[in-house]
Amino acid sequence: MKILVTVKRVPDPNASIKVKPDGTGIITDNLKYVVNPFDEIAIEEALRLKEKSGGAEVVLVSVGSKTAQEQLRTGLAMGADRAILVVAEQELDSLAVARIFHKLVQDEKADLVLLGKQAIDDDANQTGQMLAALLGWPQATFASKTDSLESEAEKSGTPGIQISGGAAKVVREVDGGLETLELPVPAVITVDLRLNVPRYASLPGIMKARKKELKELAIDSLGVDVKPKLKILRLDPPPKRQAGRKVGSVQELVQALHNEAKVI
Amino acid sequence: MGNVLVFAEHQHNKLIKPTLVGVTAGLEAAKKNGGDCFAVVLGSGVDAVAAEVAECGVKKVFVVDDAALAKYTADAHAAALAQVVKDKGIETLVATATAVGKDLLPRVAALLGAGMAGEVIGFNDGGTMSRPMYAGNAIATVSIEGSPKVVSVRSTAFDPAAKGGAKAEVEKVTVGIDASSKVTKSVDFSETKSDRPVLTEANIVVSGGRALKSGENFKTVLEPLVDVMGAAMGASRAAVDAGFVPNDLQVGQTGKVVAPQLYIAVGISGAIQHLAGMKDSKIIVAINKDEEAPIFQVADYGLVADLFKAVPEMTDEVKKLK
Repeated sequence: MKILVTVKRVPDPNASIKVKPDGTGIITDNLKYVVNPFDEIAIEEALRLKEKSGGAEVVLVSVGSKTAQEQLRTGLAMGADRAILVVAEQELDSLAVARIFHKLVQDEKADLVLLGKQAIDDDANQTGQMLAALLGWPQATFASKTDSLESEAEKSGTPGIQISGGAAKVVREVDGGLETLELPVPAVITVDLRLNVPRYASLPGIMKARKKELKELAIDSLGVDVKPKLKILRLDPPPKRQAGRKVGSVQELVQALHNEAKVI
Repeated sequence: MGNVLVFAEHQHNKLIKPTLVGVTAGLEAAKKNGGDCFAVVLGSGVDAVAAEVAECGVKKVFVVDDAALAKYTADAHAAALAQVVKDKGIETLVATATAVGKDLLPRVAALLGAGMAGEVIGFNDGGTMSRPMYAGNAIATVSIEGSPKVVSVRSTAFDPAAKGGAKAEVEKVTVGIDASSKVTKSVDFSETKSDRPVLTEANIVVSGGRALKSGENFKTVLEPLVDVMGAAMGASRAAVDAGFVPNDLQVGQTGKVVAPQLYIAVGISGAIQHLAGMKDSKIIVAINKDEEAPIFQVADYGLVADLFKAVPEMTDEVKKLK
């Protein structure tokens, strides 16, 4: 089995993001970049599936600037086998990225694609579903599991996604509960927060990652239409909410909610 | 022309409130584009849903009634929905960004080769739209080139459309779903059982953070306040990550986005990602021991106190009002 996992380079989720005064983007000075946290969960799940099956190959794919090498190396240090970076400096939308992945999945003859449910920069939550449509494959979004992240199964590294007999069983987080889907493989699965706790790269892992293959492809070499249909015209800071006042006691608070705000 | 089609989601053949939000957004989009707003209901035995949607101000309701659509799966629903968009010459497909909307719309967009904007919070003059990025730290003005266009809207950004208006025409349409396109099977649904209001629809939400220290404390300390207020219970990502409560209670950019009349944050510091999920609430209350906590910067009323004392006291005070 060959598992493709997508990796996006995004600003550190703990960084404070500020919009440039001219509205052309965010201020990137001194900004730290990381693997999109949801993609990290996807990498972890792929590694667990590989460890369980014994015979899988985990290939990381990314689309972005050359600097995304760093994030691919992080994934390789976690234990992925090799990586492909499609070097693109231009603006892309989710459909363009899905088309690039579509080409890579075909070229690599992958059996399973794992993606984070969304990237924490554009918060689009589209690429996985779009890729599934382009491939004509079934999809399971927001993969989670019934075991808690404190459970023994989680600590022993049991994958939440079950694959056997050419089918995947996926527990998904939906409105009002957890749905279990069965879908034939090949398939596209996007992962949510509660699927697993990603491992840290070990020191030997980091050493090994340096020698693993990281192939770069020029975006133009793929022959894919990457003209974005969704255009970002400008960014503005969100409207500020005024801080209210501090109250001195619970009684004062309840009275204020009752008499002043009239919400209880 | 610029006609708009609203995907009218239902659960077990019952109309849900987020669909009414989608209708309002669709009507707004149609007005800006100078077109008509239609709705479409997919399912099996959904006449009652269609009749209800027909009274919400749309021009016409299309119904695809097919056994293959009885249970929602992305593959069959996307194929059917893309076909309706094509057959009816729709320019903009709109749905609310529920779990189903988020799962379905991008798949439809790719089938149509269409650009998509997700979690839109406003339609502007000139055909542009506004949507949050970077966990709500930036509001992007975006446009979609070409037609059709696909748009999901944030459920808290529009008011639900009023029901009970003049009855619009309901038209049955067939799209010929290829049985082989439906390969996904929904084999189980474990519903989160709760007598409390649905988190995303509640008038009052009381959320707890990591400072509650345990799942047990959510039950013994927070829940009495939640129940005396008739509220829904929420949680911060930190509390979910710590395993205190299930993830479907998570409020924030990576969880649920809520905008109740009253939001009470208990022991929540106010990380950016949490604020993104609740800062449109009408009144925000923060109870926290740390007076420097960022949550106080967005709170209308802040109480610096030990939650283990303040919350039971508040439960008693609210009881007195009843």
